[in-house]
Amino acid sequence: MAASSRRNPPPLPGAENQDPLSEMAGEDSDEGEDIFVGNSNPVAEAFQPDTANGEEPADLFSEAETSTAVNSSITTSKSNGVHSDNENDLFAEVSVELSMENPSTTAKSSGAEFTPSLTLSATQPESMEQLEEEKDEDSFDMEVAVTNPEKIGDGMNAYMAYKVSTRTTLPMFRNRTFSVWRRFSDFLGLYEKLSVKHSLNGCIIPPPPEKSVVGMTKVKVGKDDSSSADFVERRRAALERYLQRVVCHPSLLQDPDVREFLERDELPRAVGTHTLSGAGFLKMINRASDAVSKMTIKISDSDAWFDNKLQEVESEELQLRKLHAVVDSLVNHRKELCGNTAVFAKSMAMLGNSEDNTALSRALSQLAEVEDKMETLHQEQAASDFFILAELLADYIRLLGAVRGCFEQRMKTWQRWQEAQSTLQKKREVEAKLLWANKPDKLQQAKEEITEWEGKVTQYERDFDRISVTVRKEFLRFEKQKSKDFKSQIVKYLESLLQSQQRHVKFWEAFLPEAKAIA
Amino acid sequence: TSSVRRNGPKFTQLIVGARSVSVDLNNDASLLIDIPDALCERDKVKFTVHTKTTLSSFQKPDFSVPRQHEDFIWLHDALVETEDYAGLIIPPAPPKPDFESPREKMHKLGEGEATMTKEEYTKMKQELEAEYLAVFKKTVQVHEVFLQRLSSHPILSKDRNFQIFLEYDQDLSVRRKNAKETFGSFFKNMVKSADEVIISGIKEVDDFFEQEKTFLLDYSSKIKDSTARAEKMTRSHKNVADDYIHISATLNSLSVDDNTALKKYTNVEGRVASDEELKLTELLRYYMLDIQAAKDLLYRRARALADYENSNKALDKARLKSKDITQAEEHQQQCLQKFDKLSESGKRELTSFKGRRVVAFRKNLIEMAELEIKHAKNNMALLQGCIELLKSN
Repeated sequence: MAASSRRNPPPLPGAENQDPLSEMAGEDSDEGEDIFVGNSNPVAEAFQPDTANGEEPADLFSEAETSTAVNSSITTSKSNGVHSDNENDLFAEVSVELSMENPSTTAKSSGAEFTPSLTLSATQPESMEQLEEEKDEDSFDMEVAVTNPEKIGDGMNAYMAYKVSTRTTLPMFRNRTFSVWRRFSDFLGLYEKLSVKHSLNGCIIPPPPEKSVVGMTKVKVGKDDSSSADFVERRRAALERYLQRVVCHPSLLQDPDVREFLERDELPRAVGTHTLSGAGFLKMINRASDAVSKMTIKISDSDAWFDNKLQEVESEELQLRKLHAVVDSLVNHRKELCGNTAVFAKSMAMLGNSEDNTALSRALSQLAEVEDKMETLHQEQAASDFFILAELLADYIRLLGAVRGCFEQRMKTWQRWQEAQSTLQKKREVEAKLLWANKPDKLQQAKEEITEWEGKVTQYERDFDRISVTVRKEFLRFEKQKSKDFKSQIVKYLESLLQSQQRHVKFWEAFLPEAKAIA
Repeated sequence: TSSVRRNGPKFTQLIVGARSVSVDLNNDASLLIDIPDALCERDKVKFTVHTKTTLSSFQKPDFSVPRQHEDFIWLHDALVETEDYAGLIIPPAPPKPDFESPREKMHKLGEGEATMTKEEYTKMKQELEAEYLAVFKKTVQVHEVFLQRLSSHPILSKDRNFQIFLEYDQDLSVRRKNAKETFGSFFKNMVKSADEVIISGIKEVDDFFEQEKTFLLDYSSKIKDSTARAEKMTRSHKNVADDYIHISATLNSLSVDDNTALKKYTNVEGRVASDEELKLTELLRYYMLDIQAAKDLLYRRARALADYENSNKALDKARLKSKDITQAEEHQQQCLQKFDKLSESGKRELTSFKGRRVVAFRKNLIEMAELEIKHAKNNMALLQGCIELLKSN
């Protein structure tokens, strides 16, 4: 994933939607000029998987699509949810399992059945079991990947573009497989839009990865070292996980913004993301409720469930932060071990050179080589530590923040209802006074206001009930997802440890005869 | 088996397994020495030195005495200062017992007790106690090896001071360094740094010694470097192991039920670190000291050569002045004899030293490789089991 700098915009998939790019809204502090502006003639590369002449698109899904006649029409989606997975399948590593409570995408799905299928070659057996456990849930074929980070432009105006590829059988999408190019601010923009629309319903909106001025600056300046490459890879992986969580969410997936993000060739530049990062936006939403929330501690006894869960979430977040700090320390120590092992290996080689006994000298040189290999193992392990464990924890710390936001949203809704009730009460008092004072005009107005507020009270109560249901549902879904996520990541981590130990054995077994040969 | 308590844990029947720094020395049944027992009191170690002998020079065939680290140093210095042994490689003195690292960590642990869970604290404490134990084992081992080197040496084993050390059933401190001797060793250490200059400055006629000189000077600096790097590496490894302890402890409180693997893995990682330490680092450290002892021998020989050359000059001068010729002749003869004796014995010692070194390295490297393989295979089995468990849930 080396960042290569390019002068031309990347080839855009298909020439269908040539929306003229809207205004280039202001300078983003760390994303730079958008080169897509004014360049609406894409290099026509066959990204369309559904060209009539069967020309194979040079895209990620080509291997999987070799023999199937891809049908571009949405409405005749056959229930061929099962795609044969080749080893080269990009999604072999993706373990996203999707579930929907009602296959209620659109009416025009015309009886197409979603075959419960999980095209995850790596985890298929387990997923099937999990599938059986889930009742009343259909799963469908929906995979996203974020790949090919490419540096567009130069200097401080440069930015990274990422290829977002989707593969799906859902009828609401125009094609089965398609790709678009997106930049970081696009992801932020998506989050912003979703938050505005859905957070009020009590949905847990997955937060996007954090902005990083330092990291991005290094990339822009063209520092072509491992730290830039690491940063880019870290961001790519984080963006991918973010998207996977979004499409995993049954309600969010329905949102047209999500569809647009995945499908539309050119997105209007996300405005104002330079002031808002994911966390920043969340804070903004919650700032208003913060002050008020602090006053309202308990809603009512019947909602003990919510209070308990909120407490759990808060304590878990603390623990995760603690754990994350330790894992961070592990990563650093392992990197140190790496360095020290390399230095030691060199000194062993020197000692071997110095040694006058031939066999021993040879053995010491071999030892130096083994230690060199150890260093590589340690380095790879450190990467595992980081990308598997540390990032998992970081993701969930952010997610728990979003969950908390959810609960607070419910609080707000409850408050609004309470306030409406008290307002109604006041209006009734006014009416009573007017009745006594006998002022028919004002009385009429008062009655109208009462009706209005009665309506509001009913409305707000209904809102509260609805959001309570949603939050509860969302939380349960979240918990399930979290436990799955953790398990799969920990398995992955253990497997990486296992692999490392296997190679460990190999290296030392190769050394042993050398040691025995000393005479 | 053995547990470490703050004030005075006693390790009876301490099985010091890693005696691989030197070859099996305790072979000669006529004089068998070991340290079966040691007491640790506030970081001051009291060794029980046990001797079994068939030699008539000793009063009893089987006896034990308590000794402190300072007693060993006294013995070593006494041997070094004995003229007769100038042509021998005197085994390096055992390093002072160093509990600094675990002590410091224990202190930090005590301070941070409030911030960690009970389990984490217990685990860390266990690890520290294991570290304490490892340091302890190590120090017993090096003291034991020192004595065994002496007992297996044809000449040194007969040394009077050595016998006193083994037998004298009262406190040795009376015989130990008085002020004068302390000063003596101080100057000795200062002069040591002139070693290199003197040794390399000598005009060598003997090919053997010429080669040895070149080899030892070079090897000495390389092995010093390797020792330091090995220590750093094993320290890093220990840090990683400690992190795993913290991780598994925190995972516990998270009620994520996949932490057993990481917990078990911690133990193994920690143990690998301390085994590597015992094997590789100790090997390097020991031979670093031993090389120094060999260099000391070269130094003494170089000094003897210098003395001889000076005595030649003095003889010439005496002949010129026709004064004290006989004296000068005698002196010159003595110097020559001394030098020849040193060279002859030195050659023997250095040759056997070489052989010893190669054998020890071989043994050590084999054992280390075998340990690495064993641990890695254990890890694999452990990890596989846990992965299967997780997947089947």
